[in-house]
Amino acid sequence: MSRRPAVPLREILGEALSGIGSRPARTALTVLGTVLGIGTLVTTLGVAGTAGNQIAGRFDAATATEVTVTVPVPDSPDSAAPVPWSSLGNLARLNGVTAVTGCARSRAGADLPVRATPLHDPGRVATRHLPVVGTDTAFPAAARAAVSTGRFFDRGHLARRDRVAVLGPQAAEQLGVVRVDNQPAIFVADRAFTVIGILATGGRSDHTLLDSAVFLPWTTAETTVRAGPIDTVLVTTALGAAPLIAAQAPPALNPNDPAALQVTAPPEPDTLRTGVAQDVSGMLLVLGLVSLVVGALGIANVTLVTVLERTAEIGLRRALGAGRRHIAAQFLIESMIVGALGGIVGAAGGILGVVAISVARDWTPVLDGRAAAAAPLAGALVGLLAGLYPAGRAAAMQPVDALRGPS
Amino acid sequence: MSEVIRLTGIGRSFPADPPVHALAGVDLSIEQGDYVAVVGPSGSGKSTLLNVLGLLDRPDTGSYVLEGTETTRLDDRTRTALRGARIGFVFQSFHLMDYRTVAENVMLGGLYTGLSRAERRARSAAALDRVGVAHRGGFRPTRLSGGERQRVAIARALVGEPALLLCDEPTGNLDSVTTAAVLDLFDELRANGTTLLVITHDDTVAARAGRRIHLQDGRLTAPVGPR
Repeated sequence: MSRRPAVPLREILGEALSGIGSRPARTALTVLGTVLGIGTLVTTLGVAGTAGNQIAGRFDAATATEVTVTVPVPDSPDSAAPVPWSSLGNLARLNGVTAVTGCARSRAGADLPVRATPLHDPGRVATRHLPVVGTDTAFPAAARAAVSTGRFFDRGHLARRDRVAVLGPQAAEQLGVVRVDNQPAIFVADRAFTVIGILATGGRSDHTLLDSAVFLPWTTAETTVRAGPIDTVLVTTALGAAPLIAAQAPPALNPNDPAALQVTAPPEPDTLRTGVAQDVSGMLLVLGLVSLVVGALGIANVTLVTVLERTAEIGLRRALGAGRRHIAAQFLIESMIVGALGGIVGAAGGILGVVAISVARDWTPVLDGRAAAAAPLAGALVGLLAGLYPAGRAAAMQPVDALRGPS
Repeated sequence: MSEVIRLTGIGRSFPADPPVHALAGVDLSIEQGDYVAVVGPSGSGKSTLLNVLGLLDRPDTGSYVLEGTETTRLDDRTRTALRGARIGFVFQSFHLMDYRTVAENVMLGGLYTGLSRAERRARSAAALDRVGVAHRGGFRPTRLSGGERQRVAIARALVGEPALLLCDEPTGNLDSVTTAAVLDLFDELRANGTTLLVITHDDTVAARAGRRIHLQDGRLTAPVGPR
């Protein structure tokens, strides 16, 4: 007579559920540990993902294609320029380069006195000291500067060394030049230039100084204001080509001494993103794991107390024909459900936390759906591990002793 | 009448200094439909006898045949299954779960013997009806009187349709009125063919039984045969 009828898992599950439901306050407190652990983990992962994505978001298509080469200006005005104007063509030829321009600021970087047509206005400071930059026709493309009024100078201006000027938006405002159709004149170091265009605001973010500059054809600048050789080369590249161009630019511009040139290229978004994510995650992840372990210990502790309290119930179940495995399964399921509950509540809280942090920082919340979905499973696993010892204790009880236990 | 239980030379001792011989050479035969009372002073071995009969404890010596099955050599799993299927327990302290309804408590009776939920629900209702507390099915045990609780516990023991109902001081926590009600219920059960073994030190309980067995120092000292 050794029949062993199988008890459906559903029935054991029902017993476990009613056992959990019988002590709601205790269950809630037990769940709390796992809630904190899982919540911290989900928040950590979410905030790391959000912050990483946020930083990556700043590297939009524009900034990721901007390369700047800084050229050391020789001390003596007579020594050869490290980057002659003719060498810009070598760089422009490279695959992936969309625009190249050189900038030659007035010698020694000193701003030159610039004034507009004399106007006897006592309320106005007539003469401004502004940076004066000699450049070529590719400047608007390479600096991503649109011309808001008039036009930029062309090759003809360069070839003829025409005394024309284009004003940066701030320079135009300071000089009181708002229109070019009346061919306003400005005086740079007391030499007259005709303003043919005004740039719009919003050029390259890494060269905001150029907003307040006066731009002359480099040929004109060389002769009239003794602007120096090229000190900065602005390059825009095709998307993804910036790191390559950054490496190729120095030899193209100055084959004799490429190391003398300093290249500024956008950092690769990927490395930056992971770097930030790791920074944010590392500490908090440890914190989350610690809380999870504490939560597991809490579940183990409370389940053990529950097992000892329910000794009589265990004895009764044994008397009613429950095998050790039935008892063990019931308590394991109870602790697993407690853990899974903690996982669900913790994941929900963690998601709320990420959203709240994102709202506070004006970020777009980015959540790994897998992390949120795995949280209840992780909680259940924690509960399972935590329940192993108490369930073992419960299963090992002798029915005779258990029936004598507290009722 | 078929024999439900046959004990031959059952001995059980517990390690102590000197060893306690809780049972020594107990021979006992219980037929189907018997109503047996085991009486004896504290420490006489009553509880040990009940544990052995209920397959909760294993005797050191002797043979225990339950419905033709020699149980002393069975493994734990088989004994557990046999216990769940063939033996019903009624305890002095009822052992009802306070956080479950009366009906749910009774339904526990067939849980571990593989009865379906619907079957257990039907049997639970029938058993509650049989012990006269069908109207209390939805209550928590804490709302019930002691007598009602014990009747619920008896209903739980009956759900599995056991071959033997083992009652350990079933009226120990009850007053005389409810005791009488429970004893009336025992009479009814017996009339319907249930085999009852009641351990008690209450003479009014023992007096209602068909047979009385006196246990003293682990040995049967009173006549074992029918009165």
